[in-house]
Amino acid sequence: MSFDNAYEALAEEHDDQRWAFGTGFDDPHARVDRALPTEVDAADLARYCLMLGDDALILAQRLAEWCSRGPELEEDVAIANIALDLLGQARLLLTRAGEAEGAGRTEDTLAYLRDAAQFRNVGLVEIDCGPGPGGDFAVTMVRLLVFSSWRLACLRSLIDSSDPVLAAVAAKGVKELGYHRDHAAQWVVRLGDGTRESAERTARGIERLLPWLGELFTSHPVERSLASVGVAVEPERLRGEVVDALSQVLAAGDLDEWIAPVTAAIETGPIENRGRWGEHTPALTELLAEMQELARADPAAVW
Amino acid sequence: MIVPTPQRIREVAAEVVDPELPFLTLADLGVLREVAVDTAGRVSVTITPTYSGCPALVEMRAALRDALADAGCVSVEIRTVLSPAWTTDWISDRGRQALLTNGIAPPRAVGPAAREAARGGPVPLQLTPPPALVRCPQCASTNTEELSRFGATACRALRRCLDCREPFEQVKEI
Repeated sequence: MSFDNAYEALAEEHDDQRWAFGTGFDDPHARVDRALPTEVDAADLARYCLMLGDDALILAQRLAEWCSRGPELEEDVAIANIALDLLGQARLLLTRAGEAEGAGRTEDTLAYLRDAAQFRNVGLVEIDCGPGPGGDFAVTMVRLLVFSSWRLACLRSLIDSSDPVLAAVAAKGVKELGYHRDHAAQWVVRLGDGTRESAERTARGIERLLPWLGELFTSHPVERSLASVGVAVEPERLRGEVVDALSQVLAAGDLDEWIAPVTAAIETGPIENRGRWGEHTPALTELLAEMQELARADPAAVW
Repeated sequence: MIVPTPQRIREVAAEVVDPELPFLTLADLGVLREVAVDTAGRVSVTITPTYSGCPALVEMRAALRDALADAGCVSVEIRTVLSPAWTTDWISDRGRQALLTNGIAPPRAVGPAAREAARGGPVPLQLTPPPALVRCPQCASTNTEELSRFGATACRALRRCLDCREPFEQVKEI
């Protein structure tokens, strides 16, 4: 393969059907043991991987919308990098979901050929925080802070999962999410402790997201059942760690008055995890319309 | 065609370079984990991604397959493994020198806190960029600052030297 000419490489005939990573699990000899743990219900494992995979996929898509529209060039690059990490995690998890389900669905069929009601992501990741009308970079950063703090705590617990694939994805993801959380935290501090305008917009962002926090910390029956066999973690157990991290950031960003409402939303917030049951806002349908357009218009397309 | 010896096969695989850092071999990057040759001459190469979403992985697989085919290997299988997760500690001394020679600051050793975190321990929050002693690859000054922890690829951060004023990249610790 030649690296001298990017266009030549694009046109080159080769046996890789996709431009990015994700086919490794097709290899039956991979050192990651892909056999399903015997005590685990495969359908539950598939549903759980779908939840974590959809969270990452949908937020990756939302973050990618900022590409070329961030406040500075470095930020475009940073957001795109974070989105790419999440997309990589999503691909591994959706592949695992399809494999556990055993109905022949691949990462691509799961990402591109499901309707909104079949997605299992939490509502937090699908909210349209911009860059379009009604959006705000501050809300985007507050959401990224909350999500990456939650996911970091979640994957940290999953490092010891009895499902070897989840454990491997988690061990890798933890390293990436530490960088994501620091990045979002540094922005929230900078904005909260910045001008009156930036502080106000950050505060409005926190307020807007409060109703979506409780869902992250409410178990779905699949999570409870898999937690009992050491595969999953019950999200209620993540509350303390996430409250600690968010409180540190809010205090450093002169946003102390929001520590109590955020803590309350996490500990006693609305306990309906509608997203995990396939109930979503119209924002997800709009997001999917764009994300799935090409794959649905031309199901045979390869890129 | 002459059948290559297992030693030659390992040498060929070890010489394949990273598509985005072409002065660095996959072996020096620590991405090439294993090259096995069975008695029938079938080659099995094991690689691991740097980051979950690293798009270079497919290029690496193709480059390995091409190089081994050119060397006369008929049956080549490239396996991808996730575990144990790649760490910048696996970049060899030769790899670190190659980075430096090409204007990229090599990663420092992963600290005990980060090693603990990789095993499921607590991950400390960093609210300000750590005052890392990263040496400028141009003038060797350690008076450098972080511009962004995310660079042109997932594995690189952007820094600037405050003495010679040159911006440069660093492979960030993971």
